[in-house]
Amino acid sequence: MAKYLLLKHYRGAPAPVNDVPMDQWTPEEVSAHMQYMENFAARIESTGEYVDSQALSPEGTFVRYDGEGRPPVTDGPFAETKDLIAGWMVIDVETRERALELAGELSAAPGAGGKPIHEWLEVRPFLTEPPTITE
Amino acid sequence: MDEVVLRTLTPTVIGILVRRGADFAAAENAVQDALVEAVRVWRADPPRDPQGWLITVAWRKFLDATRTDTSRRRREALVEVEPAPGPAPSVDDTLQLYFLCAHPSLAPASAVALTLRAVGGLTTRQIAQAYLVPEATMAQRITRAKRTISKVRLDQPGDVATVLRVLYLVFNEGYSGDVDLAAEAIRLTRQLAAEVRHEEVAGLLALMLLHHARRLARTAADGSLVPLAEQDRSLWDTRLIAEGIDVLQAALARDRLGEFQAQAAIAALHADARTAEETDWVQIVEWYDELVRLTDSPVARLNRAVAVGEADGPRAGLAALAEIDPALPRYAAVGAYLHERDGDPVTAARLYADAARSASSLAERDHLTRQAARLNAQKCR
Repeated sequence: MAKYLLLKHYRGAPAPVNDVPMDQWTPEEVSAHMQYMENFAARIESTGEYVDSQALSPEGTFVRYDGEGRPPVTDGPFAETKDLIAGWMVIDVETRERALELAGELSAAPGAGGKPIHEWLEVRPFLTEPPTITE
Repeated sequence: MDEVVLRTLTPTVIGILVRRGADFAAAENAVQDALVEAVRVWRADPPRDPQGWLITVAWRKFLDATRTDTSRRRREALVEVEPAPGPAPSVDDTLQLYFLCAHPSLAPASAVALTLRAVGGLTTRQIAQAYLVPEATMAQRITRAKRTISKVRLDQPGDVATVLRVLYLVFNEGYSGDVDLAAEAIRLTRQLAAEVRHEEVAGLLALMLLHHARRLARTAADGSLVPLAEQDRSLWDTRLIAEGIDVLQAALARDRLGEFQAQAAIAALHADARTAEETDWVQIVEWYDELVRLTDSPVARLNRAVAVGEADGPRAGLAALAEIDPALPRYAAVGAYLHERDGDPVTAARLYADAARSASSLAERDHLTRQAARLNAQKCR
């Protein structure tokens, strides 16, 4: 088994096919979207493939060290340019093909008009412990 | 009563319940319940016959569960016609359980989870911790695995190779959480080796012992990898090495070579050298030839190229490497090593950096990055 991170972007990924911002969906469409995500998580928990998922606020802040004794400098959100991570799901699956398959399903979550949003999800393998035997 | 001893009894007790008419899933649940109770009451009141105690309590748990479950009337009827249980030889049952838990109809991850639970006696929570997944996820994985094999009859002959593959996977997972999976794999393989005389079971056990013996030396205090040649050999566990070599020699004497024996032979040759310079690379290459013949594994070919580089010089190693698919993991790392030994640090540094980018583990990536940095720093001087 190997763990993969499915990354959902607010921005930074190519535009989804059904590209209507969520605040312009009907409340029912929003609920249907949420329900789809919950059902998806419950289903892959039942197959023994679910690890974790979390949604993130779009309000990110950049921080850096700025010399001894000085407060860290925050430059505020780069709202127009930065890649915003909307959330993630971690799965633990047999193969990379299975990871891609699940990401494809997750991307089919319904959006405006009840149609799948076809958003792009980034799939990243976790770095693991080195195996004891490599022969 | 220590937990490991308790866990050792698990497969026997499950096997006996199954023979008395419980299906596998129900037997397994009942034994888990009994184990929980054992942990609770044995400290104050240890039984004279732990196995007898566990069988009695597990059977009672099974009957309770069966009676409260109306959908299981069929089994209840079965229980009534079942004659009073006598003492049972346990050896065959345990062996069957290994085969059942590693059944080819299960995905490797499910087979691993089920084996750890039914044969190893670990709790779902312990297995979940070891694999860093939520307990609910692991519970579902095990439930599905039990459902998959519910139709499999326990008297079917099992496939040793499948069991070995599962134990090998457990061993390679190493250590995380409060369960040492490498030690657990060794315990289970020992148990299997005691019950079945099969040269590849012995081969795998030897392989595990020989690798486990070097465990302390494999990583530095900060968690970084220490390559074999630089390991402090005084940290190697000589008792485990001696045992591994004994087990291997007994297996090789039966003259039915398999891949685990060949791998163990290579590990034994490494373990046998007091210093890296004393390593018998010529013999190691011969064993890699056997391994390639047995498995045709590209990873074995890759490792063979390293051994050829040591035995016949880096040019010969690079020639062996040229015949292998460059897309293979660690291909660039091997190339980097051989090019450095061949006196080409520029190519080596570039290849180390390439290898670091495609490494699948953090420790490996850091190690390769340091190698690239070391060569690049030399260049600048």
